[in-house]
Amino acid sequence: MNLANVLSNFSNIIIPLVIFYIVATGIANKVNVYDEFLEGAGDGMKTVVGIMPTLIGLMIAVGVLRASGFLDFLGQLLGRILVSFSVPAPIIPVILIKMFSSSAATGLVLDIFKTYGPDSNIGFLTSLIMSSTETIFYTMSVYFLAAKVKKTRYTLPGALIATLAGIVASFWIVGSIFG
Amino acid sequence: MLNYLWAFMILTGIIYGCFHGTMAEISNAALDSAKEAVNLCITMLGVMSFWTGLMQIAQKAGIIASLTQKITPFLRFLFPSLRNEQRALEYISTNVIANILGLGWACTPAGLKAMEEMRQIQLRCGKNPDIASNEMCGFLILNISSLQLIPVNMIVYRSQYGSVNPTAIIAPAILATSFSTLAGILFLKIADARSRRHNY
Repeated sequence: MNLANVLSNFSNIIIPLVIFYIVATGIANKVNVYDEFLEGAGDGMKTVVGIMPTLIGLMIAVGVLRASGFLDFLGQLLGRILVSFSVPAPIIPVILIKMFSSSAATGLVLDIFKTYGPDSNIGFLTSLIMSSTETIFYTMSVYFLAAKVKKTRYTLPGALIATLAGIVASFWIVGSIFG
Repeated sequence: MLNYLWAFMILTGIIYGCFHGTMAEISNAALDSAKEAVNLCITMLGVMSFWTGLMQIAQKAGIIASLTQKITPFLRFLFPSLRNEQRALEYISTNVIANILGLGWACTPAGLKAMEEMRQIQLRCGKNPDIASNEMCGFLILNISSLQLIPVNMIVYRSQYGSVNPTAIIAPAILATSFSTLAGILFLKIADARSRRHNY
């Protein structure tokens, strides 16, 4: 069995297993699983409604940028520079913006899904990079501001190395799945 | 930050469109994107509610509390100087578990309390609280290395845009996230050891 097979089998069983484990443990601990589920689901709905304005705002911004032709222009520009690294051009803005804002990067990701499809090589790669990286500058500013820290020492280099490792791993995994 | 980024995207798009004759496309895109965002939110309402509902059961069944306890030894290994700081360890483990399970609402408050607690430790040890301690740096690197195991959001987006198998990314994502976290841990252990050799 190759890596692609192992990964896809694991992906298929994990959600049912998680559901089974949580509900079974709940019942074993005499939790009113259905009532609790409804309560949690209600909270989840509120969260989504809360982010709705953000999503509308950002998708409009990316939509405008895409329709104007600017994204294609940027893609061609970056493509020429990055062709030697064999990095698909539309990924670059995603990686850069993800460091500052996850929701803004999401706008670009959805654009990639629309253009290339989520199951395409580049769609899969984008999914993986988004899943294995974090918003470096946003997280650092929120946490360090709260702790009133001014000198962040080796946090940024460490964060960048972890992010780079995630990106490299994503490329490697996509390479071995798509052959 | 987002203020400028958002304005930049809108303004650049319209100015670029001005010169390239794509104004009609821009008007359509603005309206269509708004509609599309709402459609996406409807898909998301279902999947997110399903996930947070499950997590509510997990919380009531004590699964989250027991996971939080189980990773404490691992945190002692990562942050040896916090070995006897029960409260800081508790906040850090709550943050890490919430992160792993993708409970965004739970990780930030716990993370901020962990930072505050580590600041108190700095003050107690008579160190300058303006400078991040090794533990603060390590904790943030761990956070930024991305811990989330099941990327619920990405699964929603993929299904909305017609993926044949939206959950196909789970295992690859876990693998990629392990690499980034491993790199982060390696870095924070080396940096921690080096700074100890130089300062103490």
